[in-house]
Amino acid sequence: MSVDATVESSDSAAADGHALEFSGLSMVFPDGTHALEDISLSVDRGEFVTLVGPSGCGKSTLLRIASGLERHTGGECRVDRDSIGYVFQDATLFPWRTVRRNVELIAELHGVDAKSMTPKVEESLELVGLKEHETKYPKQLSGGMKMRASLARSLVLQPDVFLFDEPFGALDEISRERLNDELLALFKAKDFAGLFITHSIAEAVFLSTRVLVMSARPGRIIADYDVPFAYPREHDIRYDAAFAELSGKISHDLRGAHE
Amino acid sequence: MSVIDESGAAASHVSAGRTAEVAVVPPVGPPGEGLRRFVGPGVVFALFVGFWYFTHHVLMSDARKFLVPPPHHVMRDAFFTWDIPRGTGGSRTGGGLSRNLEGLWSSTQVAALGLAIAILIGLALATAMSQAKWVENAFYPFLVALQAMPILAFVPLIGALFGFDFWSRVLVCIMIALFPIVANTLFGLISVERGYHELMNLHGASRWTKLRKLQYPAAMPSIFTGLQISAGLSVVGAVVGDFFFRQGEPGIGRLINTYQNSNETEQMYGAVIMSALLGIAVFLGFGILGRRVVSHWHETRNA
Repeated sequence: MSVDATVESSDSAAADGHALEFSGLSMVFPDGTHALEDISLSVDRGEFVTLVGPSGCGKSTLLRIASGLERHTGGECRVDRDSIGYVFQDATLFPWRTVRRNVELIAELHGVDAKSMTPKVEESLELVGLKEHETKYPKQLSGGMKMRASLARSLVLQPDVFLFDEPFGALDEISRERLNDELLALFKAKDFAGLFITHSIAEAVFLSTRVLVMSARPGRIIADYDVPFAYPREHDIRYDAAFAELSGKISHDLRGAHE
Repeated sequence: MSVIDESGAAASHVSAGRTAEVAVVPPVGPPGEGLRRFVGPGVVFALFVGFWYFTHHVLMSDARKFLVPPPHHVMRDAFFTWDIPRGTGGSRTGGGLSRNLEGLWSSTQVAALGLAIAILIGLALATAMSQAKWVENAFYPFLVALQAMPILAFVPLIGALFGFDFWSRVLVCIMIALFPIVANTLFGLISVERGYHELMNLHGASRWTKLRKLQYPAAMPSIFTGLQISAGLSVVGAVVGDFFFRQGEPGIGRLINTYQNSNETEQMYGAVIMSALLGIAVFLGFGILGRRVVSHWHETRNA
């Protein structure tokens, strides 16, 4: 199936509003820290939006607000909280559970019974390539495999919206690129709405349909780029001239944001 | 190290290298492997026994030698003699292995019951304390006080309230064994990283679900550390209780006391060793049980 990436997904999700929408959202913490200012942003299914910005600019706070872990102080946030997958920076696997039992966790918490869970868990494990490692414990896994298990755990309930809080930040370059490829394959297979945070410009451009640059605190959106490359994206587009040019622009904006 | 790749340069370099490395350097296990792990304790044990003989033969004057009988006499009279009836060979109280085992069995019952009750109370208390800071604040100072105060001071009170037999001994066991269970369980329950709680919260987990699926399993290693310490202490509790509550079946502590009073030091040391063996046995037992429960997932120092 070939889908033109820059065209908005035309399936049912787009029909009634966006999968995730912030309008005029702001956030001031009780201690007075002004984290976010006037964020307006929508993500539809089939869109993969990445936020880059200086450390402490409120990117993670935005995801925490979307998921309901944090309450915003101004503006609006519209999303179906029952259909969110949230992938943290740490894999947060339960060390006493095998890979398979970890993947079952979220479904278990939502009261999915064992019978209907099995095929979903099988599919998730297959999708991230952990089927033959399902009986291992987290301490036996590499960093990349842990992140795969964490992804699979979120995939089980087939969420419409996926939030990624710098999930591959701790991985080495090669594992990271490999997981980028796999994440894109998942994105095309599942057609979710993705909101991704990273400090790597190459990762942002490679994955996304759209890249947003945020300013230092209070975080505002200061630049907005559509990424023109069609999916599936080959590994080598990273060395494409257009890729470099876009990365350069984003890098330039980021430099500005740091001042 | 020079690795000669005999399988040819085209073969997988990494695996060939590994094989050669293993072949050249003999695999050296960690220091605690096989029989070698017993060398250290064995040497210390030999030094201890040597010092015992030295004390008996050199340090003690002839008149006081009976205070420290040589180890082989202790073994002979308290372990390798089944029964010394009252009045034989100048023994006023009798002795031998059978009597010591009876005492030990009585103390084991006290210790086991005391420990079981301490575990139940300790887990419940730690759970309540993990759920509300005010519960923790309300109880913790008194648990520390319980730990710090000499139990001896309570003995007359406990005796007056509960009598001078079985249940009072159990109570002493509970008081001594409680704190390590509470402290370690609480530590385990509240040390779970925030990210895990957030994951559970995101998916609507209740406090009870979080306890059951997250906090109790995460706390298992520290719970077992607490159990191991408390199990050893419960034996101490049973022996100490025996010293003061002198009614009912005599436990090993009561035997120690009796042998002391009648100057039957061989029997006395035998009984002391016996109670120490019980303490070591429960300590090791809970250690093994703990490792059974958590070692397949827990990253221990010597995993």
